[in-house]
Amino acid sequence: MSDDIVKIEVNGVPLEARKGEMLIEVTDRAGIYIPRFCYHHKLSVAANCRMCLVDIEKAPKPMPACATPVADGMKVYTRSRRAIDAQKATMEFLLINHPLDCPICDQGGECELQDLAVGYGRDVSRYTERKRVVKDLNIGPLISTDMTRCIHCTRCVRFGIEIQGIQQLGTIGRGERTVISTYVERAVEHELSGNIIDLCPVGALNNKPYRYSARPWEMSSKPLVAAHDAVGSNIYAHVLRGRVKRVVPKRNDSINETWISDRDRFSCYGLYADDRLEKPMVKIDQQWTEATWQEALELAARELVKTLDGEGEALGVLVSPNATLEEMFLLRRIADRLGSRNIDHRLRRRDFRDQNADPVFPWLGCSIEGLERRDAILVVGSNLRMEAPLIAHRVRNAALDGAAVTFVNPAAYTYHFEHEYVDAPVERMVHALGALVVAAARETQKQVPAVAAKLASEIAASDAHTSAVRRLIGKERALILLGHLAQRHPQFAEIRALAAALAALTGAEIGYIAEGANGAGAAISGVLPHRGPGGAAGGEPGLDVQGMINSPRRAYIVFGIEPREDIANGERAEQALKSADTVITFSSYVTDELLGCSTVLLPIAAFAETPGTFVNGEGRWQSFDAAANPVGDARPGWRVLRVLANLLGVEDAEYRSAEEVLDGVRRAVGETRPDNSYSGQIEAEGDAVQVSLDELDVPIYSVDAVVRRSEPLQRTVFARGAKGDDDARAEIRVQSAG
Amino acid sequence: MSDGNSARMEAGKAVLSEHVREEIDRWVAKFPEGRQRSAVIAALHAVQHEHGYLTQPLMDAVAEYLNLPPVQVYEVASFYSMFETKPVGRHKISVCTNISCMLRGADEIVEHVERKLGIKTGESTPDGRFYLKCEEECLAACVGAPMMMVDHVYYENLTPEKVDEILDSLD
Ligand code: SF4
Ligand code: FES
Ligand code: FES
Repeated sequence: MSDDIVKIEVNGVPLEARKGEMLIEVTDRAGIYIPRFCYHHKLSVAANCRMCLVDIEKAPKPMPACATPVADGMKVYTRSRRAIDAQKATMEFLLINHPLDCPICDQGGECELQDLAVGYGRDVSRYTERKRVVKDLNIGPLISTDMTRCIHCTRCVRFGIEIQGIQQLGTIGRGERTVISTYVERAVEHELSGNIIDLCPVGALNNKPYRYSARPWEMSSKPLVAAHDAVGSNIYAHVLRGRVKRVVPKRNDSINETWISDRDRFSCYGLYADDRLEKPMVKIDQQWTEATWQEALELAARELVKTLDGEGEALGVLVSPNATLEEMFLLRRIADRLGSRNIDHRLRRRDFRDQNADPVFPWLGCSIEGLERRDAILVVGSNLRMEAPLIAHRVRNAALDGAAVTFVNPAAYTYHFEHEYVDAPVERMVHALGALVVAAARETQKQVPAVAAKLASEIAASDAHTSAVRRLIGKERALILLGHLAQRHPQFAEIRALAAALAALTGAEIGYIAEGANGAGAAISGVLPHRGPGGAAGGEPGLDVQGMINSPRRAYIVFGIEPREDIANGERAEQALKSADTVITFSSYVTDELLGCSTVLLPIAAFAETPGTFVNGEGRWQSFDAAANPVGDARPGWRVLRVLANLLGVEDAEYRSAEEVLDGVRRAVGETRPDNSYSGQIEAEGDAVQVSLDELDVPIYSVDAVVRRSEPLQRTVFARGAKGDDDARAEIRVQSAG
Repeated sequence: MSDGNSARMEAGKAVLSEHVREEIDRWVAKFPEGRQRSAVIAALHAVQHEHGYLTQPLMDAVAEYLNLPPVQVYEVASFYSMFETKPVGRHKISVCTNISCMLRGADEIVEHVERKLGIKTGESTPDGRFYLKCEEECLAACVGAPMMMVDHVYYENLTPEKVDEILDSLD
């Protein structure tokens, strides 16, 4: 479509641009730098800072590049006398009121204003008037404010409106008295709020827990993959003397764009909690003592062999879905070697009846970016914003783009976009889905697929159900997303069968939001009782997680888990571990619970301290290096497992690096590709539902051991609300409005 | 609209008088659906008319009634000089200090008013009679500079004596 292409010239260089594009987009693409403060490629154009003024031939005055659409034949000069004069004048105005406190400002060294002032500022100010002073506000435990530094670019305000979908900061007052504020002091509460720290071009909004703890130029920046949800956001850990000081996003347009969730940004403050396990510990005669690595591992191997006494099935292996692929694979090999098929990562799942119908390689059903191009999304059983904040963000973008988004949920969670809601209380979830299937069959004049025929019989569909299925029917790219609440539901088999029937009737596809950072990795590397790596079948299935706690084993290997918090029916899990003879626990932390139920405690590196690989929700393998030093004598999990594997006589386990383990995983997994096709059936009726929504829904800042120890996250309104703090709950209600 | 939203609207209703709500409804009806944000100014006028000034609970109620994030109402209330967010004196005095008036001696007028009433701009007299607004921008009466507005009435070509006369005539 050559009509849509215009030719312009910037500083004498001919460039092509799409009609209607803003000049700054074209120059950015061509690598021609234009200074800016308010412009941001992910936000709307405000054109209020005037820093991007450039000289355009025939224009009577300098024009803002961020708000000037290209026109054919346009000739632009970004470094002409007129352009530079205009930019310098803007800078002079901006600095009139900006404090000269760079030496005590955290932004110093990475400040857009500071950088540009070096290029465009005058050495001596011509102004002698007093500078403006603005009172700071407390906007919660995550973001520090120094509002005197604010230059009113409104990026933070636009982020609220456009990305969060809820405005909390505003421009209060006018003229010289304008301030960016919440007006009434209240915490800015959103699962993506921390991104305004990166957006703020000056030191007005900064990372509160990181405050005054390092300077940007003394830290090294190490790429990593975030470790708390199925997005696998790309991040940098900023590391000083081997410790993570803060986490910032690493741009990856197909995964996290330029954003990260607060959970991924602030979880690192849980790394250095007081209860880090720093030395291997062994329990001898009911007494805990510290041990060397060699002693501890030899004891672990000896005890395992002795306790099992050749009966592999007496062993249970419980693995966190946040473990790396390498760790998972080695655990699988150790279990194989000891003759146990009782290995599982599905800690919060309750219903395993049709696990054979689980996809070998489960995924979202499309790429993360592809979510935005879906024209209909039906989310089943998911507190989406809390489960995977950036997936919720993509779904929101789809909705803003016109997709029909519907939630079938046990509670009407707040979403800041047009959507429909079908009420599906925990004990009636199957019923609600059955009603959707009935409505879909009626609307499409098709037969209810066999698998769902019995479940959907004798159910009447209401208007809400009919409306919800109409939103799916006839769409080209409809998606049914099964969230954590659905997957943790005691009748997951029925829910999935009905979802599959609904998909078959409406032509939608099915997607799963996996738990943890590496749920998909766990599935393909064979951390499952009924499948080996790459989905290999073979032999009698072992016990799933609930099986392992309902019929207690004599020995357990526990990897990266705090049983009470991380496992469904956690108290029972703790009891099962307590009554076992041998429990080898790999953990980054030591708690009374772990001391009470383990016999050997092995300190492993936490996230950011170990190399590894995660497979995210769209099936993408992402490897990363260790960014920081493990605390104390902790070692990366793969190394510890490698040694244990050697001691237990696992063959060909002389891996020298995480990459070598990964090669092993690759060979074992083979060509498995993400595929959610379903061919399950329901053989027996599920038990009556006896769980409450509170048991199913794990609060956003309680998902894993690191997050639970991040003090700043625990002080947020979300975390306090989840713990029953009434003030916090009321606050969430106020803020979720609008 | 989800249930949460209509619950909010109800909460807003409870605070606002029937008359105010009618007034807001009348304005909302003038704009296309979903553009109820356009009615904020009119809504705040109605509320201020009844209560004298805008408290946070009142602004929140407007936000609730219009189903907007509260901060969008605070933004409007704090931007326009005709809205008061704290209690102020009965008679509102705005002396224009913009360029034309300034060149014609507005600064002296401000000083005179301040001295006469014993307050600074932005303050009210202790007896609650007068409120001298913060610096006011051009009120579009430059031909009659210097000028001031008292209770929505324009007074032009001011001199200190004229100011005395005007202010003394008020109760
Ligand atoms: S606080 Fe920062 S991001 Fe927000 S308007 Fe001020 S300078 Fe811009
Ligand atoms: S970047 Fe163009 S006006 Fe701010
Ligand atoms: S400058 Fe005072 S009315 Fe215009």
